[in-house]
Amino acid sequence: MVIEKTSVAGTLESSDCMVTLEPGNGSVELELESPVIHQFGHQIRKVVLDTLEHLDVKDAKIRIVDKGALDCTIKARVECAVFRNVGKVRGLPWGGAIRK
Amino acid sequence: MNPNMKRLRRTMMFLNCQKPGLIKDPYIYKPDSIMLDLEDAVAEKEKDAARYSLYHALQEIDYRGVERVVRINGLDTDMWQEDVRASVAGGADAIRIPKTETAQDVKRVEAVVEAVEAEFGVVPGRTLIMAAIESAKGVMHAMEICEASPRLFGIALSGGDYTKDLQTNISGTGVELMGARQLMIIAARAAGVQCFDTVYTNLNDMEGFRKDVETIHQMGFDGKSIINPRQIAVVHEIYTPTPKDIIFAEKVVREIDDKKAKGIGVFTVDGKMIDIAFYDGAKRTIELAKASGVYKGEL
Amino acid sequence: MINAVGRDIPDEILARTGKEVFQGNNYKEGVEYHKQGPIVKPVLDHNTSKMVGSIREALEKCGAHDGMTLGFHHHFREGDLVVNMVMKEVHDMGFKDVTICASSLGKAHDALLPYIEDGTITGIESSGVRGKIGEAISTGKLKGLAIMRSHGGRVRAIQSGETTIDISFIGAPTCDDYGNCKGIGGKSDCGVLSYSFVDGQHANKVVAVTDCLVPFPNYPADIAMTRVDYVCVVDAIGVPEKIATGAAKPTTDTRKLMMADYCTQVVINTPYFKDGFSYQTGVGGASIASAASLAEIMKERGIKMGFAVGGMSKGMVDMLDQGLVGKLLDTQDFDLFAVNSVQRPNHHRISAGAYANPFNKGAFVNKLDYVVLAALEVDTHFNCNVVVGSDGRITGAQGGHPDAAQGAKCTIVICPLLQGRIPAICTDVTTVTTPGESIDVVVTDYGVAVNPARQDLLECLQKADCVPLKTIEELRDIAYAITGEPEPVQFGDRIVGIIEARDGTIMDVVREIKEFEF
Repeated sequence: MVIEKTSVAGTLESSDCMVTLEPGNGSVELELESPVIHQFGHQIRKVVLDTLEHLDVKDAKIRIVDKGALDCTIKARVECAVFRNVGKVRGLPWGGAIRK
Repeated sequence: MNPNMKRLRRTMMFLNCQKPGLIKDPYIYKPDSIMLDLEDAVAEKEKDAARYSLYHALQEIDYRGVERVVRINGLDTDMWQEDVRASVAGGADAIRIPKTETAQDVKRVEAVVEAVEAEFGVVPGRTLIMAAIESAKGVMHAMEICEASPRLFGIALSGGDYTKDLQTNISGTGVELMGARQLMIIAARAAGVQCFDTVYTNLNDMEGFRKDVETIHQMGFDGKSIINPRQIAVVHEIYTPTPKDIIFAEKVVREIDDKKAKGIGVFTVDGKMIDIAFYDGAKRTIELAKASGVYKGEL
Repeated sequence: MINAVGRDIPDEILARTGKEVFQGNNYKEGVEYHKQGPIVKPVLDHNTSKMVGSIREALEKCGAHDGMTLGFHHHFREGDLVVNMVMKEVHDMGFKDVTICASSLGKAHDALLPYIEDGTITGIESSGVRGKIGEAISTGKLKGLAIMRSHGGRVRAIQSGETTIDISFIGAPTCDDYGNCKGIGGKSDCGVLSYSFVDGQHANKVVAVTDCLVPFPNYPADIAMTRVDYVCVVDAIGVPEKIATGAAKPTTDTRKLMMADYCTQVVINTPYFKDGFSYQTGVGGASIASAASLAEIMKERGIKMGFAVGGMSKGMVDMLDQGLVGKLLDTQDFDLFAVNSVQRPNHHRISAGAYANPFNKGAFVNKLDYVVLAALEVDTHFNCNVVVGSDGRITGAQGGHPDAAQGAKCTIVICPLLQGRIPAICTDVTTVTTPGESIDVVVTDYGVAVNPARQDLLECLQKADCVPLKTIEELRDIAYAITGEPEPVQFGDRIVGIIEARDGTIMDVVREIKEFEF
């Protein structure tokens, strides 16, 4: 999917994260801020990049301000930001591009 | 028949699907069911976000046997079909239809559930349905709603909207809910499905809550919707059979099993006349006792 | 060298501090030592005045010098003004390489940061630090090693001469012109002055700092005139609303109530719960709730507590009033109820030494049946961390944790399984502050684990079938299944602090934090 504008998903509440997605410079660039970066920085990065790959996003800047979200929440927020970006709300690929 | 049709549902805890902190481990409070809400609790602009959270929560959080019911958006919106898709694909145990007024409402959802189960390769019939009744019209159609679908395991009263429709409000006495509660429990029992009471919103009035639960327990309701984990223990306590009830139920089950084998139809237990009609009730008492952690017997 | 909790203490640190590694709780049992006595400047002339006009004058008269060690108490908690007031003067007078030996430091002392940066303060000895001081230590700004030691450990260090306090400044809510100090009766009441007893006994110079001078004699005194060199009157020594911040309000959080219930069940189903039992608890929501439910059960069963010890709050005072506890032995007051209660007949003010010093001839903690504590992390060896946060920064205090944990026959730690995404039950804590041998039961929202060393307690709880029992490994596995397995915090090489065991050996070291790198 092609990211052509800015979209946001999530909140800064505890156990949540806020995702900001913007057009990229030819690749995926991740900026991560998290209180658990020492313990889960690698895991969070993997989850974000895998989720973007499933959604076929290859060119985007993504910024995550994490507040201790579990993987399932991070995926949900990233997906939400992507589908908001491309304006798709129905007929979503549950179990396909949206998956565990 | 789906074996979950008659499962124990004393407490169904409402959780806003948009709040990760709420949906990550509600099972530690041991409700019988949770109701992951996509409808009223979720802000209009976050309806989409709640769905992604729902899907991943259903797929990835181990709810440890707690039943996962999803409340979809109203049939008067353009969101409910996608809600059903996310729910069924995620593996929800049941869909709760809000503002149900007619059998037709149930059938509409049933058709989509059926189609979506096929689309996502879910075992046909796995996803159950329950109907929330929130209006005078819905209450008057309770019977047809109860009989609308073989997937429908029960109906629930939603007191807030219902009392508005009656042009009154929730007083805490229960008087304004009396008619709906009676009609609905009678309809549910006539149709052989379960019946659940509305939420009690004053969290600080635990005495009032207890009285409310005692009332609906006595009326025959299977359980109650709850809005905070602190209400769970009270409901479960009231639904816990007394030791006397348990001993009696155990005798009834054993005697009926024994007498049936011998071809005897009517007999006495502790001086009471007993026949086969007591069997289901006695079984239910044992199940409740087990769930309440007070039955260590062998039945 | 690997110590008894499996931590590798570098030889360089052992050489630098002259300390041994931790070798188990009772390593120093019966090992004799000489107490260090202070330098005493006698007052014989009845014309001698102890009054000084300013902190500066007090410092001058006490012979303040570079490299000195200053003592402070933390009874004013987040409302303390004394430490900052004294250190500003120390800084303005140009002294360098000063060590602060405080019973604790908190966010109230953020103002000290520039003095750490400019070399005024190069040493910190405290039960813990928070806020900017913690940050400064963790980022390597403090020149010397920070020493984190328990309340009992501080008394030991001072009495044994390991730490010599040159001048101690005792913030006193009331004081007379001859130095009799009390924790009540003034504008900034804190109830007790327990942590300062040892300063009075062992500091070479003692300055009472008060904002409420009262007529002589201010008696009975918590710190007696016989131990005080100078009295300094200032405008304010504390901010009252930040002193008695209060214990947590009665909680309505079901998760905390659930843990409180498990905790209560553990207490009432273990054999020490009988008439005359002893108990210490904290001021967290679950601890308070557990104490309240315990009180109800005590009433039902006609069981009374012999004594309660440690920090006090309304809940314990209520139990005293209801005749449910024989004596309160108070070292710290968390709310005004406790502050105002210290004059009740059976509410006793005790010193930190009597409470917890491992190097006296037996402290109150040794007579404890139960203590209920909290922790940031507990590992599968039951080691606890109460000082270093999940980001590697120092952000907490040992307080009396290691003291009461070792002393009590049944030590219960209440700890939610997850703190945000951080599994509080883990394979290895970031930093060991209390050894697993002191911990008997861990209560979480997901179940209760008993230290395998306490099969007796485990059997009691199994028989009672009162709580969901799990092994500590099961709890960790549940946590990891939810959060994923955490990676260890990335630290730099430099050691910025040590965690001292009660007996002065080294429990663990704290390293400089570094930016996370992928």
